[in-house]
Amino acid sequence: MKNPYLERLYNGLIKENPTLVLMLGMCPTLAVSVAAINGVSMGLSTLAVLVLSNFLISVMRNVIPDQVRLPAYIVIVASLVTVVKLLIKAFLPSVDEALGTYIDLIVVNCIILGRAEAYANKHTPGLAVMDGIGMGLGFTVALTLAGLLRELLGAGTVFGLRVFPPEYAIGVLIQPPGAFMVIALFIIIMNAIGIKTRQHELVNSDGCDGCCAKCTMRCEEAKEETK
Amino acid sequence: MTRLILIVILNALISNVVLNQFLGICSFLGVSRQIKASASLGGAVIFVITIASAVASLLYSLVLHPLGLDFMKMIIFILVIAALVQIVEMFLKKKSPGVYKALGIYLPLITTNCAVLGIAIDNVDKFGYNFIESVFSGFGTAVGYTIAIVLLAGIRSRLTEDDIPRPVRGAPVVLLAAALMSIAFMGFSELQPAIEAILN
Repeated sequence: MKNPYLERLYNGLIKENPTLVLMLGMCPTLAVSVAAINGVSMGLSTLAVLVLSNFLISVMRNVIPDQVRLPAYIVIVASLVTVVKLLIKAFLPSVDEALGTYIDLIVVNCIILGRAEAYANKHTPGLAVMDGIGMGLGFTVALTLAGLLRELLGAGTVFGLRVFPPEYAIGVLIQPPGAFMVIALFIIIMNAIGIKTRQHELVNSDGCDGCCAKCTMRCEEAKEETK
Repeated sequence: MTRLILIVILNALISNVVLNQFLGICSFLGVSRQIKASASLGGAVIFVITIASAVASLLYSLVLHPLGLDFMKMIIFILVIAALVQIVEMFLKKKSPGVYKALGIYLPLITTNCAVLGIAIDNVDKFGYNFIESVFSGFGTAVGYTIAIVLLAGIRSRLTEDDIPRPVRGAPVVLLAAALMSIAFMGFSELQPAIEAILN
């Protein structure tokens, strides 16, 4: 793919899908995939924060001193999440009801700080925004898929519309254990058809190379000191 | 007193932070290879979450709420928690190098652990706990985290010997083990109505 802007979309949606390939942001994926509509709203909220934070960080990439970049990114992301949270509370109270604290927790979603570190602080605003859209859409698609599967098999509905009677549904799938099962199923399918994912990093980390750790402050440093 | 004990039980077992609330999943899955490492991480989490809940609750009830700055809580909490972890780290390094050596790697990891921020926000936002209740709720949450991660590490140490089909090896089998643990913990949910009736 020649066009670098379209390449970013392809990269976020498929090649480096943040949830299914990079295995980032597992907390919201497990927590809000109870219903497809929750997946859509969580995904789009994260997309909004990600696009704006990528844009701001990219615009300010020559202004923010390197030593304090992570605290600066955290302040930017936390401000944006506050704005999104207040907007959702004001205009979409039902979404606020369904997602609760998980909207606040977009702030510690690894995808956002991870993209700031890995992409936005090295590229122009235009590319950074496209990267944010690609990654955000990839996250939304993965969350919605997980939500669809859990909702369909666990409650017999799709986006709230009944497909089969509730007596035939596997109730445990819309309970907390179902979240672990559906993500496990996704990874099994990816493994079986031979798509390379970061699944081994998800379950094997010694503190610094795990899924959350790469956005952690001073990780390598602390590792050196405790040796 | 009964109230505080019930808050600890509610947070540790019934709405378990990882198996029911899905907070702190990254370190729960990532660092549960060995029981020893999981127990150290659990210790660090208990330490940090208890202190962070106390500080966040004080900050909210004495500064943010009286000044009408409730909407600033997320920005303030995450910065305070990040700073707090670094202060704890420096303090431990100077005063008790033994503890620092055991917990050192995990302390920075906890800064981005969503359980710390999640419980600090839930304490003031969702439950409306006062200072003492917030400390106990934070402590209970962290104990729940430690129980879950040590149990998972125990299961995983046995899984290494097993002959597992190739596509299920690695992350899927760990997630399935967590799913079974989560089913077991669902048994505690029967207690929830009774405890909530006493608490409210």
